[in-house]
Amino acid sequence: MTPLLEVENISKSYGARVGCTDVSFDLYPGEVMGIVGESGSGKSTLLNCLAGHLCPDLGAVRFDTRADGLRDTLTMSEPERRMLGRTDWAFVHQNPRDGLRMNVSAGGNVGERLMAVNARHYGDIRASAMDWLGRVEIAHDRIDDRPTGFSGGMQQRLQIARNLVMGPRLVFMDEPTGGLDVSVQARLLDLLRGLVRDMNLSAIIVTHDLAVVRLLADRLMVMKDGNVIETGLTDQVLDDPQHAYTQLLVSSVLQV
Amino acid sequence: MIHVENVSKSFTLHNQAAAEIPVMAGASLCVAPGECVALTGASGAGKSTLMRMIYGNYLTASGRIMVGEVDVARAAPREIIALRRYTLGYVSQFLRVVPRVSTRDVVAEPLLATGATRAEALAQAETLLARLNIPERLWPLSPTTFSGGEQQRVNIARGFAYPYPALLLDEPTASLDPDNRATVLAMIGEAKDRGAAIIGIFHDRMARDEVCDRTLDVSQFTPGRAT
Amino acid sequence: MSDYNFAYLDEQTKRMIRRAILKGLAIPGHQVPFASREMPMPYGWGTGGVQVSAAILTPEDTLKVIDQGADDTTNAVSIRRFFQKTAGVAVTEATAQASVIQTRHRIPEADLRADQILVYQVPIPEPLRFLEPSEVETRKMHALEDYGLMHVKLYEDISQHGDIATAYAYPVKVEGRYVMDPSPIPKFDNPKLEMAGIQLFGAGREQRIYAIPPYTRVVSLDFDDYPFQPTKADHACDLCGAQNSYLDELIVDDDGGRVFMCSDTDYCSTRRKQGHVGAQGLPYAEGAT
Repeated sequence: MTPLLEVENISKSYGARVGCTDVSFDLYPGEVMGIVGESGSGKSTLLNCLAGHLCPDLGAVRFDTRADGLRDTLTMSEPERRMLGRTDWAFVHQNPRDGLRMNVSAGGNVGERLMAVNARHYGDIRASAMDWLGRVEIAHDRIDDRPTGFSGGMQQRLQIARNLVMGPRLVFMDEPTGGLDVSVQARLLDLLRGLVRDMNLSAIIVTHDLAVVRLLADRLMVMKDGNVIETGLTDQVLDDPQHAYTQLLVSSVLQV
Repeated sequence: MIHVENVSKSFTLHNQAAAEIPVMAGASLCVAPGECVALTGASGAGKSTLMRMIYGNYLTASGRIMVGEVDVARAAPREIIALRRYTLGYVSQFLRVVPRVSTRDVVAEPLLATGATRAEALAQAETLLARLNIPERLWPLSPTTFSGGEQQRVNIARGFAYPYPALLLDEPTASLDPDNRATVLAMIGEAKDRGAAIIGIFHDRMARDEVCDRTLDVSQFTPGRAT
Repeated sequence: MSDYNFAYLDEQTKRMIRRAILKGLAIPGHQVPFASREMPMPYGWGTGGVQVSAAILTPEDTLKVIDQGADDTTNAVSIRRFFQKTAGVAVTEATAQASVIQTRHRIPEADLRADQILVYQVPIPEPLRFLEPSEVETRKMHALEDYGLMHVKLYEDISQHGDIATAYAYPVKVEGRYVMDPSPIPKFDNPKLEMAGIQLFGAGREQRIYAIPPYTRVVSLDFDDYPFQPTKADHACDLCGAQNSYLDELIVDDDGGRVFMCSDTDYCSTRRKQGHVGAQGLPYAEGAT
């Protein structure tokens, strides 16, 4: 089986300050990987390097493209990378405002990717948007409302619909449940789990919330000061942490 | 089906002066299809630890743990994930689920993960829930609010939803009333009949005697406590 | 003749603008930045169009200036006088006699010829601007032909109004490549963007020039199930009887009485001279309006 994504020796520094150092891993189709670590550990830098938002100083990010197999997305031309970004890749931001067009209706937000790849039938685009709003549990009569009037949880679900409408194969998520109430978080987590399973999605989820990765991620990568200090099966890393920092992290979680 | 060979394990507590605590050494165990083996030994002897190592939940320091064709002690995460999906089931003492997901969906999830249709998975979930006497009015509710015995039965239903060739059962009959206990023991018997290799921890001696073919005292694998 | 350099702008500036125009013609529909000058009129009054006209005018040219199709509105009159004073060129109101036509918000009804140039005044050259405020991002979108957003605007129209409600400044795709804002002309005029004459677009405040060379393919964006329709008032001109010209609607009394008349005043009066009479029209008389 070929990996969907091969990450090799990714390093990125901001001048003298280290973003992330020498990160390598393979991600296989259908796998969900969590990246945890405290603020400033380099997890967001890494995610942005992988998703093509930042250019790493060193390393390669090879993605199994539909047409040509494994291609280094860092040396790809920008149009190719953009095309990936709106077809096979999706990026869910922590703040839905960063991932949505707030002055465009919910339907228009979901339909944009389709139109970007030349969907030119209004009825079909609208039907897809309707279908996806249903899948993320947004009432159909909200299709023409702008997301400014939506609750935080609805905005996040709309962002997910907008990202998944193209049937991507790899989803990057940056603290997807970040600013949400715990009750809303739970619903979103269940939704994401179902979508990941039904669409056989691969995902890389950056979060500092260990409960989120336990429920969503198959594998876990623990970062500290830009380095990966521990990797493994999620429940194994959380229940039998090997590294001192991971032990500290796991034991620091507040019990309810 | 399950072959544990000369396995050892220790915990290093980095935050407590890097204390190294050996918990297991030289553990070996074989379970054939259709066989049920009970782990015995005093509390702290390492029954749950061994079970968790077989499930891949704890890392193994040395030795081999073959479940089917996979060496859990060395397998990559995705191999263990596949193993857990299709081969190795685990009923733990604790129910860990996404809050607000219905009981019916919680039980159906392992089946959905193996590619069953939603209708099939839900039908099987309902059959099991009914058999384990979970009232139908509770099916649409999240099990997080259930009593301990109810949660335990939901956990068992979930563990038995898919016919795994190998099963790990951690106290499956604890906190059950006699009727439900009998049902669970019957389910374990049926799993054996279809050829499942089972490792269980039972404090309930009568239950152990009823379903287990033999016992294994893990105390023999406990290294002398260096204190 | 005045003390101004011919057509107001200095020769260096004109060269700079001509280079932008040539680049625009070479890359149809692409917005070329240029160093827009202060003009003796406020932004929004056609400073972009005036600079383009000034750069292409020759002493032999005959200039026509229209605003919403009319030669006699303030903006048109001012600009015409400006070039009479600074360039001393001949001016006309007759479309057929003009070699350079500067326009605001209309394309003349009569087909333009290969020896005519149409100069548009453009307020906002960026068709993606209302959905994407970042210039860096819109430039990148043009460069990468990332135009999904343009259809989002049309989608929003249909979802809110049941139809594409954009009636002017209707976006077009030029020669299969760049999406372009045709300036705020009514969408009725969009089919005329494919013409024999050269079309130049100048945006003074935004410092952009773009162009459509003769006989270039210009397609109005639409959906398969909501095709582009160049609409006009469902009426004939009340003065000249024309069925197929773009009309202005005038309320003429306190009882809601209304008159529809051609927005292209030259087209209307030419037809009336030829003897065409509309429902409320009087026969053409010299000196009548």
